[in-house]
Amino acid sequence: MKSKIFLLLALFAVLTSNAIAQSSFDAKFQKMMSDGFRAEGIAGLDRIQQDETQKFCSNPKLINTKQGALKAIELQKLNMASIVQPTDGKYIGDWKNGEAIAQSGRGATWTDKPDTVNGGGCYNCHEINKKEISYGNLGPSLWNYGKNRGYSQELITYTWNRIYNSKAYNACSNMPRFGHFKLLTQEQMQDVMALLLDPQSPVNQ
Amino acid sequence: MGDPMRIRAAESNGIVDVKILMKHDMESGQRKDSAGKLIPAWFISTVSVKAQGKEVFVADFGSAVSKDPFLNFKYKGSKGDKLVVSWVDTKGDKRSDEATVS
Amino acid sequence: MKQRFPKASMRKTFRFVLGLIIIGGVSAAYAQSTADEIAKYRQMIADGNPSELYEDAGAEVWKKPAGPKNASLEKCNLGLGPGVIQGAAAQLPKYFPDTNRVQDLESRLITCMSTLQGISAQEIIDAPIQKGLKKDMDALVAYVVTASKDQKIKVSVRHPKEKEAYELGKRAFYYEGGPMDFSCATCHGSDGKRIRLQDLPNLTTQAGAAAGWGSWPAYRVSSGQFWTMGLRLNDCYRQQRFPYPIYGSELLTAISMYMAVNANGGTMQTPGLKR
Repeated sequence: MKSKIFLLLALFAVLTSNAIAQSSFDAKFQKMMSDGFRAEGIAGLDRIQQDETQKFCSNPKLINTKQGALKAIELQKLNMASIVQPTDGKYIGDWKNGEAIAQSGRGATWTDKPDTVNGGGCYNCHEINKKEISYGNLGPSLWNYGKNRGYSQELITYTWNRIYNSKAYNACSNMPRFGHFKLLTQEQMQDVMALLLDPQSPVNQ
Repeated sequence: MGDPMRIRAAESNGIVDVKILMKHDMESGQRKDSAGKLIPAWFISTVSVKAQGKEVFVADFGSAVSKDPFLNFKYKGSKGDKLVVSWVDTKGDKRSDEATVS
Repeated sequence: MKQRFPKASMRKTFRFVLGLIIIGGVSAAYAQSTADEIAKYRQMIADGNPSELYEDAGAEVWKKPAGPKNASLEKCNLGLGPGVIQGAAAQLPKYFPDTNRVQDLESRLITCMSTLQGISAQEIIDAPIQKGLKKDMDALVAYVVTASKDQKIKVSVRHPKEKEAYELGKRAFYYEGGPMDFSCATCHGSDGKRIRLQDLPNLTTQAGAAAGWGSWPAYRVSSGQFWTMGLRLNDCYRQQRFPYPIYGSELLTAISMYMAVNANGGTMQTPGLKR
């Protein structure tokens, strides 16, 4: 009987000390992060405050669990609910501008000005127009995007949503949330849409 | 007086292999800075190498040579040769360094 | 309404997929041959790495008496004893009893410059990139890392603070933030990835970490500048759209620790040469 009590107490002590150790590690980590940065240019300290999606996706162990899978679905719903369709009802803009936006990686860094026109940086991660050989592979190829998938309204809306907030479909997508964080304007997103979904775009030849 | 160069020279079978690293911005005069202003031209114009007092190499660098130029050439010489490498740039600045062939 | 998939569209899909595979192979081959050419170019100019000029300047700074105490850095202890630079960079970051914390190379050089020479640590931290005291720091870093070239990366996690720095660095590595939700892992967390035509090492594996940690500091040909690890991490955070990481901070040391420990067993190829 005494040994049982002893074992239970020992288990309790271990669990408590683990919890204390974890919360003390958490505190150390938070302090390291807040002491590790300062504001510069347009990059303020608010940028290291995480939203729910960022918090979840910063934890690779959690993502791969059953609990994580459920949380991911919840976050996808949350992100989807925050998407705003184009206010003028127009989905397809000018593909020539779209190409320029896809090529430009400018904006939002501490060396950029508040009035710097942001680019989409799309070629950093995607193949888009085959003529551009300098492309990355962090994302899938978008060559012949419209040509291969058709130009249905369902696809058009899906593509808009993806650009606006990719995490509506994949909670820990590596793709920035261009509409959600106002990285691109509505008009810029319409132009990128055109690059992918205008039948006349070089991407669909 | 410009920044020091790094010179390596090794002889083998009567041929000396000379490698020179020069510290120097090489502005062509055609680049623009982040504010859009033209960066004035400033580059090494001539490099000359003397071995035992005799000129063994001379080069007219131009605006196409890149920053911190690396130069590699061979000449007929011997171990112990005293090398003097000198450059002059478009602002009239000079640099001269010595090395011994190993 | 029931969806139907007529045979014609299935054939089309098959041809499309086959075409994709072929095109994908060709453009991947093209991109790969470009990457190979870049590797060849790097080999060609490896002999004239301008980092050597910074190394020479660093040797001067190391020996020259400076600061209010008018002392040189020749007694600076980088972990292998006062004044020992051979192999020092290959075992950093590490725990130092005199400061009771884990320090990376730049953090430790700040300690030496302030304790031996009386130079203000804050002045070094605040000096603008590549100017004044930072220019001296760049030269010192080049000098010290050259003395570890070709040595095995051998970073200890024996001390509890070293273990802790590793875990803190790992957590920071996966920390998503900023308007693009980027963490280090976004770009450096899997194999075979590249941004445009720039290959990205997978810093979570031994091979990738050894490639990344082992080849910086480096001279960047495209900008004609020597970049220390501190500057490399600084520019990573800038491109991640984070706020400004503080030079010499525990954060940068922790991330360095994470990469260096993952890289253990690899070879120091510093100072490197980059595009």
